[in-house]
Amino acid sequence: MHIKESRSRKAFMVFDYVLMVAITLICIYPFLYVVFASFSDPAELMKFNGALLSPRGFTLAGYQEVFKKKDIISGYSNTILITVTGTVINIVMTALGAYFLSRRDVVLKVPVMIFIMITMYISGGMIPSYLNIRSLGLYQSYWALILPGAVSTMNLIIMRTAFQSIPESLEEAAILDGASHMTILFRIILPLSKATVAVLVLYYALGHWNDWFGPMIYLQGTPEKYPLQLILRNMLIDNQNINSASGGTDQFLLFEVIKYVVIVISTVPMLIFYPFVQKYFEKGVMIGGVKG
Amino acid sequence: MTSKSGTAVAEQLPALGKTSYWTRLRKDLHKNHQVYLMIIPVILYYLIFCYKPMYGALIAFQDYNPLNANILDNKWVGFANFLEFFQGRYFWRLIKNTLTISLASTIVGFPIPIIFALLINEIKNKKFTKIVQTMSYMPHFISIVIVCSMIISFTNANGFLNTLFTHLGYSGKPMLSNPDLFVPIYVISGIWQGLGWDSILYIAALSGIDQELYEAASIDGASRWQQMLHITLPGIAPTIVTMFILRMGGLMNVGYEKVILLYSPITYSSADVISSYVYRMGIERMNYSFSTAVGLFNSAINIFLLFITNRFSKKISDTSLF
Repeated sequence: MHIKESRSRKAFMVFDYVLMVAITLICIYPFLYVVFASFSDPAELMKFNGALLSPRGFTLAGYQEVFKKKDIISGYSNTILITVTGTVINIVMTALGAYFLSRRDVVLKVPVMIFIMITMYISGGMIPSYLNIRSLGLYQSYWALILPGAVSTMNLIIMRTAFQSIPESLEEAAILDGASHMTILFRIILPLSKATVAVLVLYYALGHWNDWFGPMIYLQGTPEKYPLQLILRNMLIDNQNINSASGGTDQFLLFEVIKYVVIVISTVPMLIFYPFVQKYFEKGVMIGGVKG
Repeated sequence: MTSKSGTAVAEQLPALGKTSYWTRLRKDLHKNHQVYLMIIPVILYYLIFCYKPMYGALIAFQDYNPLNANILDNKWVGFANFLEFFQGRYFWRLIKNTLTISLASTIVGFPIPIIFALLINEIKNKKFTKIVQTMSYMPHFISIVIVCSMIISFTNANGFLNTLFTHLGYSGKPMLSNPDLFVPIYVISGIWQGLGWDSILYIAALSGIDQELYEAASIDGASRWQQMLHITLPGIAPTIVTMFILRMGGLMNVGYEKVILLYSPITYSSADVISSYVYRMGIERMNYSFSTAVGLFNSAINIFLLFITNRFSKKISDTSLF
């Protein structure tokens, strides 16, 4: 009996390991495919229909072509500008809100909390928000991408929880030394909540980096302001050829490879950071999950 | 939240004696004026970007004219926009598509992260599980534009998934221009995106189960399967229930981003959901009042569902969100 159980156990463990390896491969294979395709010879790639296990032929033509494109370069710098500015504003605003809500003694804490929590369940919806941005004169401006999401209520609550765990004695000492509340927040509380702040920086930054819908509806008609994701969307989903001026079969074939190249170069920064930061993301889910 | 602040107020009461709320507030505004100044930008943010659009949603009951600076100057039409939607030819199609996509995603996509968590929990080689987990989270971080462009390219006439299915008897047509395949593509790619990430909470709950329970059970002769039924599953049940409430609360809430990126007029019949319809009617066709009404109808259902499911779960399991 005992031996039988351990044998079936062994079979199960083998199955389990095999399945886990399979899942891992399924999760990363699409990226490998894209990388292989981006180095492939356009004509050979066109002929080949199966699952790539290595580049078909080898060429850097796609990469050379992409790095000549002004709009991809400007898309990159626009994205960086939006991500950095947006995230700084996110963190400052979230910290201000969390500081207020984490204080024991303010009389208006509960009304403010309710005022904020309501927005988690009720919102005006897509169209009223869009018209709001237009009526504020933010249309075709980067502020339309940065201000409307300046505070995420979920993240605000996560930061408040972190602030609440800091001993009050630290603060009282600072007040005795004559520190203002701004100093306490940005010099004492925020540095002491480094781990949570790191999680929130990542959440906010990823949101800005991956945003394409906001830019699509608010930056219409100003291609020079387009961030990377919107340029990618126009190229990859709408199939707008970035150098449509010169047609021809070669150009058409090359464009197929260029698509893969842009996927690679837009995902690489993410993938480089990823191994270092993923544990913070995981931690964020826990903090959020415990609260939610 | 309420109970905590309640005790905070109670602590202050003896010291303040019988002073009224307004006196205390005035004193507090004076004493903590710096803190109140700091919250002002946050309050302004919520007023301008959250509450003002709620007020702006009034145009659902109007015939909106962009030339009116004050929305109260618009002509009021009562529920006309809602009726137009209910009686319109797309109403049932949108409800059907939204529910189909959402139910299919839940039925297939909800248990999978749980099973994944259970299976990975059986493996005791920490290095191995760490690698599997890290890799499985990756799709979650890739931008939706990239995910959708990969889906399009793999399911195109010469994409590798299309070729694979052609060998198995598929016609070889671009898969995304086949209305019958939209839901499967949406759901399966959704599983790929969320499998690892959605399992994090379950894996955490599993690691929180007391290991002594397993030792005691195996001494009593419980098989692995029995241990799983009587220790593991009850251990993660609260997490499962909470996640399920969240899912059910969002039953009529299918996000527009992935749909807009993947659909085309050929597949509207199975792909167009309420939120993508709001986008098309509102932002593309500038039918502002009508699309606001559609969106409002959708959020009303969402809130209703959230309360119902929350209530239900409170009754059956003492787990609730609020």
